[in-house]
Amino acid sequence: MNAHPVNTEAETPDMRRLLEAELGGELPDERGRFGPFGGRYVPETLVPAFERLEDGVRRYLHDPEFQSEYRHELTNWVGRPTALTFAGTLSERWGAEVWLKREDLAHTGAHKINNAIGQALLAKRLGAERVIAETGAGQHGVASAAACARVGLPCRVYMGAVDIERQAPNVDRMRRLGAEVIPVESGDRTLRAAIDEALRAWVADPAGIYYLLGSAVGAHPYPYLVRELQSVIGEESRRQMIESAGGLPDAVFACVGGGSNAIGLFYPMLGDDCEIVGVEAGGRGDGLGENAATLATGTPGVLHGCHTMILQNRDGQVQETHSISAGLDYSGVGPEHAFLQATGRVRYVSAGDDEALEALEELCEAEGILTALETSHAFVAARRWARENPGKRILIGNSGRGDKDMPTLTRYPARIRSGGHESHGHENYGHENDSHE
Amino acid sequence: MAMRAMVMRTMAMRTTAMSEALHRRITRAIEAANEAGRPALVPFITAGYPEPAGFADTLKAVAGAGDVVEIGVPFSDPMADGMTIQRSSFEALAKGVSLEWIFDELDRVGGDTPLVMMSYLNPLLQFGYQRLAARAVAAGVGAFIVPDLPYEESGELREVLETAGLGLIQLVTPATPDERLAKLCDASRGFVYAVTITGVTGGETGLPDDLTRYLDKVGRLSALPVCAGFGIRAAADVGAVGRHAAGAIVGSALVEALERGEDPAAFLNSLLDSPAAA
Repeated sequence: MNAHPVNTEAETPDMRRLLEAELGGELPDERGRFGPFGGRYVPETLVPAFERLEDGVRRYLHDPEFQSEYRHELTNWVGRPTALTFAGTLSERWGAEVWLKREDLAHTGAHKINNAIGQALLAKRLGAERVIAETGAGQHGVASAAACARVGLPCRVYMGAVDIERQAPNVDRMRRLGAEVIPVESGDRTLRAAIDEALRAWVADPAGIYYLLGSAVGAHPYPYLVRELQSVIGEESRRQMIESAGGLPDAVFACVGGGSNAIGLFYPMLGDDCEIVGVEAGGRGDGLGENAATLATGTPGVLHGCHTMILQNRDGQVQETHSISAGLDYSGVGPEHAFLQATGRVRYVSAGDDEALEALEELCEAEGILTALETSHAFVAARRWARENPGKRILIGNSGRGDKDMPTLTRYPARIRSGGHESHGHENYGHENDSHE
Repeated sequence: MAMRAMVMRTMAMRTTAMSEALHRRITRAIEAANEAGRPALVPFITAGYPEPAGFADTLKAVAGAGDVVEIGVPFSDPMADGMTIQRSSFEALAKGVSLEWIFDELDRVGGDTPLVMMSYLNPLLQFGYQRLAARAVAAGVGAFIVPDLPYEESGELREVLETAGLGLIQLVTPATPDERLAKLCDASRGFVYAVTITGVTGGETGLPDDLTRYLDKVGRLSALPVCAGFGIRAAADVGAVGRHAAGAIVGSALVEALERGEDPAAFLNSLLDSPAAA
């Protein structure tokens, strides 16, 4: 826990060479691969649509005119740069210097908007007639609805029926922002089924639809496109840490579901001398179906268009997951994270439901920030690390705000705190997942 | 023991017939139907649906009525399938159907009708390609349809299958550009699967107007017979595609008949009843 991970795979010349290619900005390769992960496994009907998208990404994403439009929206509509906050009380308690990258302050309340507005602008350039999106926690749905309203495109959001129930405030927000919300009743009725259903809709009208995918997952070029649009988080963080904290962090933490906020924060720092930790949902236990700790407990396979780590049984059937946070409740993970784990550059651990709830409560009470349940997982791992590495400088990606979680949180009454910093119970629940070592 | 002996005998028989690639049997069965003056019928069933215990009987029934049988391997994330096949897929999985079980059943059932297998990639990947090819040869499965495996990603599986005398059946769609169409037709084995509509399986939209032109074009580019699938629900549809394609694939409509508890053979025969219709 207190050193860089010992990962035998990283010792192979292949992985070393691939990690150098990653640091040099050469990945994904022309086939959309990050070493063995990534690729494009899509139905033949979608092949022309993906080729058009890839062509559009190549043509526009780094085009100065597109970039200036995108940056203009980030500054004037999203509200970037987001703040870097020194967490004084947490620092004192944890015996570390704790900094928070405040994506919760971005428009619509999470990092999702960075990607949504970028892709909505791209959809406009590509001449799309309408936009579809999937959503888990509802944050990407809200961001997509807002971004589509901003650029003037109709938007339809697919959302699992289970998630609709546990993220009710976001459903109403999406509808008010002009989006049509389609409940998905098939499959596991969460994010995975919502992606399946969005893909089906796209298959039916590949020419008219732009699919605004919300995480760094799926078939090439999505993992690349989403990383590029989210990298603004890491770029700003580096600059702000140097300016405000006087230097780069010793360790960086972010929660990982599909992994878009994490890759956005991590990617610009991969070459820096810092430990990088992704935190998955440990749910309520280690068993298959009890958690969403894909990187820690999954195996390689193909899901939603890419080769990555997935939670599956021995027959290759993708398994349902459990997490208290809808945004982490996903059986797959972005292929670049699978790659970064294989190279040993990023370490992935997990935090359980109870721990996440407790971290959320601590952040509320210590710093006056109601963070998202997803984000809380990152705080659990950061606090653990701080105890074992005293006096270090820590950066946590505070990826979203927790207002959307109120329906869930009301089931867990707030603990009454007298002195401010006691009773961090549930310690026995904590567990590291170092099975890849 | 008796069953095992039978399996071994079947395997031996099939191995001796291996001088010809197994996927050629699929092509010949379709051509034979055409020579008899009708389009080939390729029924699709989700393995183990509606009941795993009834799989052998269902398979025998559809094999008797069809020229080639397409067996669907259920998958947890059938992203190219509509509600009907999704439902059948989830139900089969819930009842314990797996690729291993399907091969065991096929070994037990035997039969002469050429088989093709439809599976999303991940179950095949986890099964292991070498083992897959060996079991397919033994079970008489001549080719695979893998809806989420585009040509660009198919090299590894294709090589293993072709070494064993098997192949991949490529799907083409009305949106496939001509150059790609030629490449896919060339790579296909058994037949070329022409998707008639843009959408998932089981759509209600019917067959598009420019279907004729599209099927004729695929037919011109393909050395193999072309079978049309998606949206084929009635005798009129079979008649319509039959004039411009070598065969018709019937999936969702057949699964719906099974769902209703109807006799699958009677349903399939009704599709060939009135060739003059349409």
